[in-house]
Amino acid sequence: MTAPPPVPGTGPDGLSASAGPPGPPGPRTGHHTRFDAYVDRYATRTRGMTASEIRALFSVASRPEVVSLAGGMPSLSGLPLDAVAATVRDLVATRGATALQYGSGQGEPGLRQQICDVMAIEGVDGHPDDVVVTVGSQQGLDLVTRIFCDPGDVVVCEAPSYVGALGVFRAYECEVVHVEMDGQGLIPEALRQALARLAEIGRRVKFCYTVPTYHNPAGVTLTAARRAEVLAICADYDVLVIEDNPYGLLGFAGEPPRPLRADEGGRVVYLGSFSKTFAPGLRVGWVLAPHAVREKLVLAQESSTLCPPAFSQAVVSAYLADHDWRGQVKQFCELYRERRDAMLEALTEQLPTGARWTRPDGGFYVWLTLPAGLDAKAMLPRAVTARVAYVPGTAFYADGFGSRCLRLSYCHPTPERIREGVRRLAAVVERERELRETFGAGAGPPHLETGYESPTPDLT
Amino acid sequence: MTEAATSSQRLLVVSGGLSHERDVSLRSGRRVTGALRRHGLETEERDVGPDLVRALRDDPPSCVLPLLHGEAGEDGALREVLELVGVPYVGARPAACRLAFDKSVAKVVVAQAGLQTPASVALPAETFREVGAAIVMDTLVERLGLPLVVKPARGGSALGCSVVRARNELPAAMVGCFSYGPVALVEQFVAGAEVAVAVIEDGPSARTLPAVEIRPDSGIYDYMARYTAGATEFVVPAEVSDDAGAACAYAALTAHRALGLRDLSRSDLVVDADGTVWFLEVNVAPGMTETSLVPLAVEAAGLDLGTVCAGLVARAIARGAER
Repeated sequence: MTAPPPVPGTGPDGLSASAGPPGPPGPRTGHHTRFDAYVDRYATRTRGMTASEIRALFSVASRPEVVSLAGGMPSLSGLPLDAVAATVRDLVATRGATALQYGSGQGEPGLRQQICDVMAIEGVDGHPDDVVVTVGSQQGLDLVTRIFCDPGDVVVCEAPSYVGALGVFRAYECEVVHVEMDGQGLIPEALRQALARLAEIGRRVKFCYTVPTYHNPAGVTLTAARRAEVLAICADYDVLVIEDNPYGLLGFAGEPPRPLRADEGGRVVYLGSFSKTFAPGLRVGWVLAPHAVREKLVLAQESSTLCPPAFSQAVVSAYLADHDWRGQVKQFCELYRERRDAMLEALTEQLPTGARWTRPDGGFYVWLTLPAGLDAKAMLPRAVTARVAYVPGTAFYADGFGSRCLRLSYCHPTPERIREGVRRLAAVVERERELRETFGAGAGPPHLETGYESPTPDLT
Repeated sequence: MTEAATSSQRLLVVSGGLSHERDVSLRSGRRVTGALRRHGLETEERDVGPDLVRALRDDPPSCVLPLLHGEAGEDGALREVLELVGVPYVGARPAACRLAFDKSVAKVVVAQAGLQTPASVALPAETFREVGAAIVMDTLVERLGLPLVVKPARGGSALGCSVVRARNELPAAMVGCFSYGPVALVEQFVAGAEVAVAVIEDGPSARTLPAVEIRPDSGIYDYMARYTAGATEFVVPAEVSDDAGAACAYAALTAHRALGLRDLSRSDLVVDADGTVWFLEVNVAPGMTETSLVPLAVEAAGLDLGTVCAGLVARAIARGAER
């Protein structure tokens, strides 16, 4: 039987307003609906924007009964909110007419100078003219991708890679090629091979996207020696590098690693953020880019938002000027180090042999590889039943890999909750292993889907 | 219709909870709350948590609408609590919910009432471990044939549910199912039109709403097809023969009565090529989301969702608290 196509706009939710003509005896003719009157009009890039079981499960993770090791929200409990409130009050009272007005598309000059001072701590020598303020570094990455990538263009990423970056690359219909990492970050030889292979088949790589320091989700840091190698390889193949560095100042030992951008100004576009060092709710990040790139970014920014939020920029600027923000960041580091220690200790005590995990020197995340044969996505419902949540590894790959891995975050729960969460996780892993043993090899996940499987940003 | 609920009443929609269907439940809760408010009734929404019973006792609402899906919602647990506290509520009583929520039990009950339901076996994970998974799976395929449907015996929204077309797909389907619940229902797959029929009791006797036929683009009405607007075509009334349509209505009413359900239920059925109607399962707290079947059936019947819900509320209040 051929059903007539839905008639858009004929009634609420696309429900057609009238029945078909009275039919012959036999099957009745019904009203047809899809609950979406515009289903035949969406752009191709919305393919995959569908409801997901995995995202639905994260809805349970937001409940207090569940220990969420899934989210990426920074812990703001240490922020001096009274002092911040006084700063904001003063800002509105004395400079409200400016702070509440449109601003420059490139961002406020005063803040851009302060951003350069912040970057100088890590050894990056940037000029305020080359800084574009963005709505979080996420928008920075969006703008960079917008100006460089046509549909089908190749972007090289680490394996695994930041889920938010993969979302941007999908939105611009890029083809993502993953390059392997190990405990010391991106493997230079693997990068060289990937670039050689792509060159061989005539595919132009638009850029290599990397989080070299305290990687999300892998929890590893690219060593100094490898940094030089990665830059050299990218120079050999004439590939632009996008360095995403939101966690650089959140290290647990010693000086922050030197960003790639500190040693290479012409080939590296640098993304920075105040979301982890101050407040993600303000959505202030930045791009430091070579002059010609920056000019295009400013135009792209104006067409995207007119200007980054002037008020947020003014708050960040005042906070940097009036507060011991570096002392505050030190406090954050202490808090996260304690939580990292709690997680690593608990994993060592609780997890069965066959599981392995990374030992981050900074940032928010531990990357865990399950014993062979287990599938982190298939296991998630069991974990939610046991009141613990994590992000399955497949979310961090554009190609369906990562099924044996998962990301654990220690940034938000207290050390006690982290220990409890790992205890629950260990029991879940044990149960899942029994099940896999029962049903034998080949009991892989029933279906492999890749799509919108990351938790929402406001998940703790 | 019974007496209308009055404006002095205060209704409480309970949604959310900790089941795998929390997100669906929150959507159902929002939609029903909106419909009741538009109908002029003061309605609050509340999640299940440690403060729920205290709130029910300190400030009892006139009536509760339990819109929890999955465990605790449809297994009758929350309704036991509502009876314990002594608050009127919409829907079936706990014992009936327990029968209906376990598909393997519900199938036996409706079969005794004369309905056809696909042959099936319900097995816990432990049994496979104890007596050997491979031989049990071989036997399942020999006895039931292929294709098979594997689903958690207790659960909804097709979570953990898969269609198995070859023997080598069965282990993965079992593992996927046991991630969601401890007991699997392995059932013969019946090809045909998927049809859902809602039963409402908003008058002196139960009646059915127009049957909704489900045509997922992907061929399988899974979680994605259920909650992505546009991914599934719905046809109402279902394009089946008059006889089959009448048989669907009869099946839904029979299931509703045989299981002792009350106020509202939705039966999921398949009409095969011969026009035979097969009962798959019944829901005591059917989905009420923007892409759910019951609101669509309500609309197709020329009714307003708020009016229907208000009618059910009025009946529940007139009935009073269960003691």
